[in-house]
Amino acid sequence: MATLLQQIVSGLSTGGVYASLALALVLIYQATGVVNFAQGEMAMFATYLAWTMLNAGWPYWAAFAATLAIAFFGGLLIERVVIRPVENAPVLTIVMVTIGLLTIFNSVAGWIYTYTVKPFPSPFPSTPIKLGLATISLQDLGVGGVSVLVLIIMYVFFHHTTLGLAMRAVVENPSGSRLVGIRVSWMLALGWGLASVVGAVAGMLVAPLVFLEPNMMSGILIYAFASATLGGFNSPGGAVLGGFLMGVLENLVGTYVTFIGTELKLTVALAVILLTLLIKPTGLFGRAAVSRV
Amino acid sequence: MEALLEASGLEAFYGWSKVLHGLDFAVEKGKITVILGANGAGKTTLLRAISGMVKISGTVRFAGERIEGFAPEDIVRRGIAHVPEGRGTFVNLTVEENLRLGAYARRDKAAIHEDMERVFRLFPVLKEKSRNQAGVLSGGEQQMLAVARGLMSRPRLLLLDEPSLGLAPVVVTELFRIVRQINQSDGVTILLVEQDAVAALELAHQAYLLETGSIVTSGPAEELRENDSIRRSYLGY
Repeated sequence: MATLLQQIVSGLSTGGVYASLALALVLIYQATGVVNFAQGEMAMFATYLAWTMLNAGWPYWAAFAATLAIAFFGGLLIERVVIRPVENAPVLTIVMVTIGLLTIFNSVAGWIYTYTVKPFPSPFPSTPIKLGLATISLQDLGVGGVSVLVLIIMYVFFHHTTLGLAMRAVVENPSGSRLVGIRVSWMLALGWGLASVVGAVAGMLVAPLVFLEPNMMSGILIYAFASATLGGFNSPGGAVLGGFLMGVLENLVGTYVTFIGTELKLTVALAVILLTLLIKPTGLFGRAAVSRV
Repeated sequence: MEALLEASGLEAFYGWSKVLHGLDFAVEKGKITVILGANGAGKTTLLRAISGMVKISGTVRFAGERIEGFAPEDIVRRGIAHVPEGRGTFVNLTVEENLRLGAYARRDKAAIHEDMERVFRLFPVLKEKSRNQAGVLSGGEQQMLAVARGLMSRPRLLLLDEPSLGLAPVVVTELFRIVRQINQSDGVTILLVEQDAVAALELAHQAYLLETGSIVTSGPAEELRENDSIRRSYLGY
């Protein structure tokens, strides 16, 4: 019982990371109808920038904040320069562009920082604290806490600001949005900027656990895909919940299904994607797309 | 007599095909002007041409300024609100959110709140349902929401695209009564596009008749009501 509780609690912590990255994927998917395969690599690159600043002696939270600012403008810039020209191209074209971005970020990171694994500091100590039956480290609590905080900020932004409202309107009805004066194209860029920020948070939170290297996000991105698929690609709340579920599932399967271990960990995420698509393709909270013909 | 909007030689294209063939028309300030025409005559395109949603040539002058070639989001900022056909409300957002979006281009917060109260007085049903998703409203209520959203931008010119479409006659009567009120008490100039010629000519001051992308007749509404050929083809008596 104590083990079960323990695994659930620590699963929620990594779940926060999956939830953040899943939200980043959903933000771009909703705004543009395209899955950004480069989301993980953008997060990885942002984390390297944070590492550079920390190496230069910056305090952790200063580097954290500066990285988020760079990630925001970086995401915005990528949309303007790389995605905008293919905005009206078929979905497959845009997907190819994001896959191109993925390899570019991956190789550039390898070229600048090499493929040697680097430690990345955590702002939270690993001191264990007791929570009822379970013991949780301050590190896990911090990671989960920061993710939840980011998700709450996103919620408040989308539901209680005019800009957030405008972005939701664009997702629903781009031409109607233009008629009320919303600059749709900039809203799409803003979506990339925000997704990039949320991704960067995920990258910096998970780097102390998986260590920093150009491929650090690949497994996490698959888990984020599974989270978004499970929760529903057009439901931000669903994707976040999916993230926490995937975190817990990963831990439980790792503990109770002994043959899976670390080698087969990714298989669990892929199985979730496959099962969701077979049983309920829209995910738990997604809506089926309805189009008038 | 002063024209708020004036178009000359207006042509509109979808890809290579020309849909409007050099229209000349004017919308008088403070009046209700109606464009009549059958399905496919180009009525919707005409409104889309004014609000910047289709590629056009010719000139469109609004309050003295040439606005052809402007983006829709800039045209609404100049005071033209377009209520599109099929309503174009945001069905997943609440009634109140739809109205707030109508005022998106404005920066005068206090006045926005006043205007919200004002459209709630015009359309009390929207106040009752302000927290409901727009998608659950009835057709008539959605059309009222669309008009209300247009008003929230505080337009000088309101473009209405077939507001009567798919509504019960009693709802159309109510809606047109409110449109007249908006015109009379708030001085909003209105350009209306309609298939329901009887109701529209009742409401409007000026009328144009559009046939396959060209204006074939124009004049004061009561004159068109008396016109024999129009009566036979469009009014049905």
